[in-house]
Amino acid sequence: MSIRSLTLALAGAAIGLAGLAGAASAADQIYIPNLVYKTGPYGPSGTPVAHGVADYLAMINMRDGGVNGVPILYEECETGYKTDRGVECYDRVKNQNGGAVVINPWSTGITYALIEKATADKIPILSLGYGRTSAADGRVFPYVFNFPSTYWNQATAIFKYIADQEGGFDKLKGKNFGFVYLDHPYGKEPIPTLDILAEKYGFTYDKYPVPPASMTEQKSIWLQIRRSKPAYVIMWGWGAMNATAITEASNVKYPMDHFIGNWWAAAEPDVVPVGEAAKGYKGATFNGVGTDFAVYKDINALYDAGKGTWSKDQIGGVLYSRGLVTGAYMVEAIKVAQAKFGNRAITGEEMQYGLENLDLDAAKIAKLGLTGLMPPVKVTCDNHEGQNPAILIQQWNGKAWEIKSDWIAADTALVRPLIEQDAAQYAKENNITPRSCS
Amino acid sequence: MSELWFFFEVLLSGMFAGTMYSLVALGFVLIFKASGVFNFAQGTMVLFAALCFVGFLEMGLPMVVAALIAIAIMVAWAFTVERLVLRHLVNQEPIILFMATIGVSFFLEGFGEFIWGGDVHPLNVGIPDDAWFVGPDGAMMIQQFDLSAAVIAGLLVTVLALFFHYTRIGRALRAVADDHQAALSVGIPLNQIWVIVWSVAGFVALVAGIIWGSRLGVQFSLSIVALKALPVLILGGFTSVPGAIVGGLIIGAGEKLAEIYIGPFFGGAIEEWFAYVLAMFFLLFRPQGLFGERIIERV
Repeated sequence: MSIRSLTLALAGAAIGLAGLAGAASAADQIYIPNLVYKTGPYGPSGTPVAHGVADYLAMINMRDGGVNGVPILYEECETGYKTDRGVECYDRVKNQNGGAVVINPWSTGITYALIEKATADKIPILSLGYGRTSAADGRVFPYVFNFPSTYWNQATAIFKYIADQEGGFDKLKGKNFGFVYLDHPYGKEPIPTLDILAEKYGFTYDKYPVPPASMTEQKSIWLQIRRSKPAYVIMWGWGAMNATAITEASNVKYPMDHFIGNWWAAAEPDVVPVGEAAKGYKGATFNGVGTDFAVYKDINALYDAGKGTWSKDQIGGVLYSRGLVTGAYMVEAIKVAQAKFGNRAITGEEMQYGLENLDLDAAKIAKLGLTGLMPPVKVTCDNHEGQNPAILIQQWNGKAWEIKSDWIAADTALVRPLIEQDAAQYAKENNITPRSCS
Repeated sequence: MSELWFFFEVLLSGMFAGTMYSLVALGFVLIFKASGVFNFAQGTMVLFAALCFVGFLEMGLPMVVAALIAIAIMVAWAFTVERLVLRHLVNQEPIILFMATIGVSFFLEGFGEFIWGGDVHPLNVGIPDDAWFVGPDGAMMIQQFDLSAAVIAGLLVTVLALFFHYTRIGRALRAVADDHQAALSVGIPLNQIWVIVWSVAGFVALVAGIIWGSRLGVQFSLSIVALKALPVLILGGFTSVPGAIVGGLIIGAGEKLAEIYIGPFFGGAIEEWFAYVLAMFFLLFRPQGLFGERIIERV
């Protein structure tokens, strides 16, 4: 955190606290802790997300005085993207300030580590587009939510995009692809789906794991790719790994428009350090990018009032936008819970109801000023991924990300049985009787 | 592409990568030579020096001025470490000094982030970044950036080796490394020597930081490149400047060849641990490292 952003954060915190002092106590505020990482090798990717969440919640406090008049108390705990520190953070914050109503781990590893704990504590985990894919089966994982899409469905949608580019799924037969991934639970998550897609469509793919300590040195991987010339390279990367991979891809003259990152591998920190060489690189996303959305009227007002948590010239990027929509999903889920339990501070258990009954259609999203920034989502008891998992493909033009596709629907018919199978296996191993959602 | 050309491409790329590791390893060697201390903070010094350099560039200063100010800051840092940390630990066990450098490392990382922020800072100092293709149908690729980095590393090593062997300060550094108390007794100003050597290590960190930062952008992942330097040190010896380079070449080439030709049998991603295995294999025959000083203690 720079001096400037520290000053802004302190000023924002002071103003927020002054506004809430006297009016709010632990009993009448909604406590949302956030497990962030603004330091260390993953900090450049974690920082914008954290500021997006913080700004949206601060904006709700400033504009509306909280959710239906109940102020939000937001707090961050630094994990450094390390699982052990994430668990420590969770234990530290879960009972503070009247109890956390929801936890955002921002790491697949931390999410895996918290599933049993948070379920026992009745605190929902919102792992927005990351975490354990099979947690989409709400019958087995009642307290884990991973809408608007999962890694497995994202993998199918990326291959749908590639098939569209090549002229159909039948054109994938016999082709070879490369899969470059962080050697971490997050990076390994889509492999079961890729294996099934390879078998179904008759292609092969080579796996290139990147150990976290070697994420800045990937020469051997890209020399192999130069030799094998895969039709496309797909990347499940994070942190400095992404910029290194894009640099090396450029070095070996790999065609950049055939290199597709997942939605955590296609943001500004991944391409800006690479410069011109990153031009043409593509990535999946599930949110819009930029500041040309109605909600920015209120976000700008937040910054004009000196309550923004970052510097104004940095807002609007891919990851900041993702943080912003995360804040919006949480606030809308709180409203759903309050509609049932009353306009007061809710509990984690009540928030679980709110998340599970979240139904944001296009009209509601428009009302929030978020059209184009977030996709519609409808969560149900048995489907915590939402019912319309889909991605957009964006491309870096050297200065900004441009959306290059319409929404590409995932192959849920293929993925859902896999989710249920994996969830059933988890339930069996952990002696869980899946609840009934009928 | 023929297999032979590919083999040489991997070999050469690995050696180039190794020289990048050597740049970081050099800083460790310098401080170990002068104080017998493994400086845990060297990776963070690489990051901090690069952050200062790129920070001043972003303020609009010319490159030379930014580099000079960054060097001045690293010298000031050397003074600070000597005055606040090392001076109080003269004649303590090496493990105490090592622990102190761990604290120094965490402080410097946090301080750097506090001053310069946690963003990625793109850096372009004009190092050529294209590739040459040689052999039939361009079978072998040589990265101009890697070659430039190797030349810079080579020059740095040559200058440092000459400095250690042919200057009074260099000899004094070696005396201090052998025995603090004995060096003091013959009139070598220990504290001054430590400032000098930490300053030189700071300069080496700046060079390493600029080169690594030109490749990846200056960001906090730079501090973990130190992990790549450890096997280089084990293999080359903690006290040898040329050892850092030769160690880097062997580790770089060895890990890349292993990753490509042996890695598939282990599911890939073996280069991280293979580098240590390779270094330890050499230790079986040369416990002090390839170029390390052989210490004979008589009872």
